[in-house]
Amino acid sequence: MKENYEFSKEDLAEIEKIKAKYPDKKSPVMPVLWLAQQKFGHVEPEVQQLVAKTLDIPAAHVYGVVSFYTQYYGERKGKFVFDVCTTLTCQLCGGYDILHHLEDKLGIKAGETTEDGMFSIQSVECLGACGYAPMMQITNGVYCNHLTTEKVDKIVDDLKAGKMPEFEQIPFPQHQDESNNKEG
Amino acid sequence: MAVEWRNFEPVLIPKIPNLHKIEVFEKNGGYQQLAKVLKEWTPEKVVDEVKAANIRGRGGAGFNAGLKWSFMPKPDGKPRYIAANGDESEPGTFKDRQIFEYNPHLFIEGATIAGFAMHIDAVYVYIRGEYKDWIDMMQKAIDDAYAKGYLGKNIMGSGYDMDMYVHSGAGAYICGEESSLMESLEGKRGYPRVKPPFPAQKGLWGRPTTINNIETLANVPLVIKNGADWYKSIGAENHPGPVLYGISGHINKPGVYEYPTGMSIHDLIYEVCGGMRGGKKIKAVIPGGSSTPPLRGDQLEGVCMDADSLRTAGSMMGTAGMIIMDEDTDIVDVVWRISHFYHHESCGQCTPCRDGTGFLEKTLIKIKDGHGEMRDLDLLLDLCTQMEGRTICALADAAAWPVRYAVTRFREDFEKKVKNTVYALA
Repeated sequence: MKENYEFSKEDLAEIEKIKAKYPDKKSPVMPVLWLAQQKFGHVEPEVQQLVAKTLDIPAAHVYGVVSFYTQYYGERKGKFVFDVCTTLTCQLCGGYDILHHLEDKLGIKAGETTEDGMFSIQSVECLGACGYAPMMQITNGVYCNHLTTEKVDKIVDDLKAGKMPEFEQIPFPQHQDESNNKEG
Repeated sequence: MAVEWRNFEPVLIPKIPNLHKIEVFEKNGGYQQLAKVLKEWTPEKVVDEVKAANIRGRGGAGFNAGLKWSFMPKPDGKPRYIAANGDESEPGTFKDRQIFEYNPHLFIEGATIAGFAMHIDAVYVYIRGEYKDWIDMMQKAIDDAYAKGYLGKNIMGSGYDMDMYVHSGAGAYICGEESSLMESLEGKRGYPRVKPPFPAQKGLWGRPTTINNIETLANVPLVIKNGADWYKSIGAENHPGPVLYGISGHINKPGVYEYPTGMSIHDLIYEVCGGMRGGKKIKAVIPGGSSTPPLRGDQLEGVCMDADSLRTAGSMMGTAGMIIMDEDTDIVDVVWRISHFYHHESCGQCTPCRDGTGFLEKTLIKIKDGHGEMRDLDLLLDLCTQMEGRTICALADAAAWPVRYAVTRFREDFEKKVKNTVYALA
């Protein structure tokens, strides 16, 4: 089945705003791809065509950009994508244990999607939360820090019930602990 | 000599609740340095003051920010840009997000002062795409600053116009490299450019551009407020100022801490971070993000976190994203993971990097799985030699250094895993 992809009037107004930030017509491609991915959930070739047409640039250029950056979904993913960090600090602090636990729990391997289309798992490179390892990100959005297997189970159950974890503010340690830099 | 740090009060991220809100920031002296500069200072004076303060770039290279600004050519009436680098993809680094979260207006003020000093038309704030929540925070702060007249047309009635835009990346480590960042801003694949021409001559859209790290620009209002001499009095002599140390790994209290440069690594681990988990010994420390050479635990005595001390010890300051490993860590496994990272993130333009990172990873997998031979260790070092300095950007060097220094400094760990290549004849 071939779907029809169109930008709504509001989207087009938003795209005009994006275009005003850049001096040429090629540059807005990344923010417009973000917008498209937010709307359609992926940027498959048909969506790339739409972006190319909207910005009046070659579709090959859009494809080039999509295939270079890992966060653009050039093919369909699950409704929720678990990006589990396994780089360096997360590796040291048990990132692979979290990844394998998640794989066992959902019955798929990293890079795959569950049959019902709910969940995908990806093993990703450093997400910039090394002090709060192990961690993962859900569908290019919220960060889940200090993971344990219990915490992962809860997140999966919550997502099945339609509840997304909330943004977790991690206090700046020097704001918290008076004694930390005074004694020693 | 380690610097005194115990009485240091954070200045980049001071202890003021809700400082990310513009009203709170204004109440605590925010945007007054911008007002002072716009009213009383000439652009040249700003550049000279920042140059004298010797703010060394916090993104890794450690280049004097004021000196970098002075490379910008004279204005010719056409657009000029700043690209503020918040890509922050170096494993071990998670400091700029603290600025987005806790003190975004300090950065905006610093970037606007920098813009005034270099006659800039627009600042593009490049933030990695994964930081979706922090991008929203930064966008909110910028919107607030526009509403109050700190950005946009005729800033604070001075006649100076400057815009600031957020640009979201989409998951590419290489876009933290300055020329790749510019390519990405121009809506292309993030391939680093050949230098020269340098960004100050031909940067974004062919126009003069300066690229500074977020933390570097956040230091600027502090220098304007207190003067270059005050700034130089903080921390190490040749690498002054406050710095955000991002410390992670096998320690009790990981996190980002703001302290002067030049702190001893032992103080950071044992006093600031509450020591090693389980009281274990330190096996290795990576002082400034994954690309800086690892140091042995028994090599750390007297080593301080500043450019000179770390160079003497055989490493680099990088982004001050420290990764601490305890005695049970399998170094071969860690180095394999670092190589896997660089193999994944290599953009593929230059053969020594595209293929070299792959060969490094393959060889390390072989050693890790117990199929390696003694000669593979020499092969690793040889590969590093063939990668270093032979590519457009520094990613190949960043991939080679951790391998080279791990193999030389932790050779016994590698030797334990490999078979002997030389067999007795009889």
